[in-house]
Amino acid sequence: MTEPLLCDLSVPGRIGMRYPEPDVPLAELPVLLRQDLPLPELSEVDVVRHFTHLSKLNYNIDQGMYPLGSCTMKYNPKINEDTARLPGFALSHPLQPIETIQGNLLLMYELQKWLGEIGGFAGMTLQPAAGAQGELTGVLIIRAYFKSRGETKRTKILIPDSAHGTNPATSAMSGMQVVELKSDERGNVNLEALKSHCDETLAGLMLTNPNTLGLFDENVIEVCRLVHEAGGLVYGDGANMNALLGIVRPGDLGIDVMHYNLHKTFSTPHGGGGPGSGPVGVAAHLVDFLPYPVVDIIEEGDEDMPPLYGFVQPKQSIGRVKSFHGQFGMMVRAYTYIRMLGPEGLRRVAEHAVLNANYLMHLLKDYYHLAYDRPCMHEFVVEGQWDDAPEIHALDISKRMMDYNLHPPTNYFPLIVHEALMIEPTETESKQTLDKFVEVMREIAREAHETPEVLKSAPHITPVGRLDEVKAAKELVLCCGVESIAD
Amino acid sequence: MFIPHTQEDREEMLRTIGISNLDDLFQDVPAPHRFPDLNLPPALTEMEVLQEMQSIAVSNESMEDMICFLGAGAYHHYVPSVVDAIIRRGEFLTAYTPYQPELSQGTLQAIFDYQSLITALTDMDVSNASHYDGSTAVAEAVAMAHANFRGKRNRVVVSPALHPHYRQNLRTYNQGSEIEIVGDEDLSSLSKGPEALEDLIDLNTALVIVQYPDFFGRVYDYTRLADKVHAAGALLAVSVNPIALGLFTPPGKFGADIVTGEGQPLGIPLSFGGPYLGILATRMEYVRKMAGRLVGETVDNRGQRAYVLTLTAREQHIRREKATSNICTNQGLMALAATVYMSTLGKHGLRQVSELCYHKAHYAARSIGSLPGFSLWSDQPFFNEFVVKCPGPVDEINMYLLSEGILGGYNLGNDYPELANHMLIAVTEMNSRDDIDMLADVLAEVSND
Amino acid sequence: MNIPADLKFTTNDEWVRVEGTTGTIGISDFAQDQLSDIVFVEIVVAEGETHAKGDSCATLESVKAAADVYLPVGGKVLAVNDALPDKPELVNSDPYGEAWMVKIEITDPSELGGLLDAAGYQKHVEEKE
Repeated sequence: MTEPLLCDLSVPGRIGMRYPEPDVPLAELPVLLRQDLPLPELSEVDVVRHFTHLSKLNYNIDQGMYPLGSCTMKYNPKINEDTARLPGFALSHPLQPIETIQGNLLLMYELQKWLGEIGGFAGMTLQPAAGAQGELTGVLIIRAYFKSRGETKRTKILIPDSAHGTNPATSAMSGMQVVELKSDERGNVNLEALKSHCDETLAGLMLTNPNTLGLFDENVIEVCRLVHEAGGLVYGDGANMNALLGIVRPGDLGIDVMHYNLHKTFSTPHGGGGPGSGPVGVAAHLVDFLPYPVVDIIEEGDEDMPPLYGFVQPKQSIGRVKSFHGQFGMMVRAYTYIRMLGPEGLRRVAEHAVLNANYLMHLLKDYYHLAYDRPCMHEFVVEGQWDDAPEIHALDISKRMMDYNLHPPTNYFPLIVHEALMIEPTETESKQTLDKFVEVMREIAREAHETPEVLKSAPHITPVGRLDEVKAAKELVLCCGVESIAD
Repeated sequence: MFIPHTQEDREEMLRTIGISNLDDLFQDVPAPHRFPDLNLPPALTEMEVLQEMQSIAVSNESMEDMICFLGAGAYHHYVPSVVDAIIRRGEFLTAYTPYQPELSQGTLQAIFDYQSLITALTDMDVSNASHYDGSTAVAEAVAMAHANFRGKRNRVVVSPALHPHYRQNLRTYNQGSEIEIVGDEDLSSLSKGPEALEDLIDLNTALVIVQYPDFFGRVYDYTRLADKVHAAGALLAVSVNPIALGLFTPPGKFGADIVTGEGQPLGIPLSFGGPYLGILATRMEYVRKMAGRLVGETVDNRGQRAYVLTLTAREQHIRREKATSNICTNQGLMALAATVYMSTLGKHGLRQVSELCYHKAHYAARSIGSLPGFSLWSDQPFFNEFVVKCPGPVDEINMYLLSEGILGGYNLGNDYPELANHMLIAVTEMNSRDDIDMLADVLAEVSND
Repeated sequence: MNIPADLKFTTNDEWVRVEGTTGTIGISDFAQDQLSDIVFVEIVVAEGETHAKGDSCATLESVKAAADVYLPVGGKVLAVNDALPDKPELVNSDPYGEAWMVKIEITDPSELGGLLDAAGYQKHVEEKE
């Protein structure tokens, strides 16, 4: 049963919202007056029912396990939603005088400090809107650093072949040259390949650690040393920080600059595709290049007076990456989360995220071929194919999982594993949930061999079946027809 | 709390894996750096954390405490209850990006609704699923235009009346590129309209960017500018306040090729500057140069109408270093808020809210403009914001207003030295006639001092 | 896998048919199969322009992938296949015929020497698979 579009629900004359009559004398309307406003006409009831019907077509964490690798789909605490909506936060304007927003600034100051402590960084910016924008910020910082030293030839960024697509896209956007690095047979950065690129054009290496195979790079210290020795910097993609909270600080390993994803590691909701938040931490030698503004204490306090917080501009700042101060609402949620967990709680998060992944890997490895058979961190990759079930692909397994009310893992990524299924359970799933997951995955493996057609035609119980994506891309229907939406 | 494991579960799981304790999971992590002591405050319970957050929040002055006349890119509008009721639903709030369409039709169809409403509002052919905010949408418009001309046109002409943050952001984004940004350095032309940009448009120009209403609240007909831009073979981008489009001619009508905007006024709280919503719409011929996610209609294998992310081959996860943008996560939930807002207000409500803003702002401008020592800076038509020349420094006036419970306008001297002592005042439907009269009365006291 | 004997190939899966000094260029059957259903073709060079070997001459998109087509040899563009963008599916159905992309006046025939013949390309494809 499909839900009609808003424009099809519209009935001329319906009103969803009334406003008070103007209490001021009316001004003459402008010359550039709009002739028609082709928006739908709906009652409030129509609107609520439409979106409630739509919501029921979505899978979500509140409903069940969401094992998308590299996405860290952990449970999002409800208290976060309440704290972010406190009027003092939600109803404050970004351009108010700083004396009237000391609460916001204190929160940002503390969050900067805590994220710096968790990752081992000397400075932080909370401004980037998402991980990808954090990457852009980080790579622009690297670029600015070399520019300030007159080393303008350093434009080469090395990116392992297991990296997210955002890494090369970011580097190209920043005017850098991308060179792909092969992984070695254990899934680490290939040291020989790395050495061959360590020259006077090297700007840096973008390292995701643990990488997208869920493996902690066994040579990480050596990798950072080689890059530094060649005069380059190491960028850390913090997408997988959930495995490292309280376990190791990337800054201590030699990472010079790294972004976090508050919407992965620090439990802020994904919202069906954002908003995210991508704070960036930097080592001491890069603090001056952070985007502005950064929150700092601008007048020290004493026994009687709290300090005065304000915005400062780093000396050689790369500039502003976003209007105002970043995704503040996400910062409130992350602050709430860190405050509720404390240092021991954060470590427990990483421990259980890694425990859950290893437990699943152990129980699945006799049924699915492991891409790399070594202990994993918070996620692992299996191959969604068998030699003795040749017609079955990772996609079929994914679609079949839906029939068991499970969301599939990330599939076809990382690119270096054929038919990849990348599984990240997160710490918020119980042993019972994981056992159920294993049971389903084993059953699907059996079906793949005995009744492959069941997988090929899956999913069967979802609101819609497999979609014609070629038609979508060739016949481009991207909005409701203007004729039908207008009256 | 958020980790469900019992001691028993843990032991059984460790046994299954074949290790004796949790620490053994981290053998690959270099031992000298393993398990650092983090200097963070100790854990709080939910009751305690709520108390702490409340005490931080009340140390701010918010719109609950003040009458707001501050805008400058973020506006205090009424948000109907229905908006938050919908976006708080876990089905939307805790879903991931809709990569698996069979399990994400809710999010996908809501984005399709959003695309439909944005194209209708802007009078364009196609809208993407959103960017981070109004500033990054402008930066993406530049990348889009640059890609459209395959890097062969490298000049971007920017109006000095584009939001200062957006202009700063454009420079940040383009510091590693060959793009030259001109037009906003010469501030002597501030009082002139868009014709001041015309001489800068040449055959190397990829894009011309203006704001509508502009940063100073002024509304111009950009038809002539659009003609000049197109005559040079370039594209025109217009950054909009979507609420103004409830009343004013949409940019599609005067020839805009790309419409960007800050979607915050569409049902998104001020929230100290974010999360907001970056709008980007364009003409069909440029759809493949547009970054960001896009939802298209198709059918499923049971013959039902259904929705799916489409034209994904433009995006970073496929095109990697050849993608025009690295955008991945966008502002999904904020786009949903705007969709619920626009559908609730609809055709009549949006017009009504635009008119309320317009009439109240004009009443305020008349009241303040006639005060001794104050005058209106421009006689150009405006929407809900206007510039007032003040008899003294804006920050001092604002301190005085604050003591009376009024959050005054934006100090333009921060960004435009020649506009020292000029204040940008915003008025919305949230301001009553009494509020406006009070503002005028307090300002009158300032001018008498 | 169809690999016509009269064509020369690149390791990036472009083919060129040489007739006198004219080279006709497209992508191989193997390449179209790897990309799956092509939904979009854009030719990014124009008649009369001169381009070097290795310059991008077209962009292809399928639902799951994107690919750039590079010139196997340099020269002056004599013609582009204007019909192709309207019928991208031709790349799948007739990669060596109707789905030709660009015709070029070859500047330096010696550039052809570095290309693979049908047998060499066959071997290349087998290694990739």
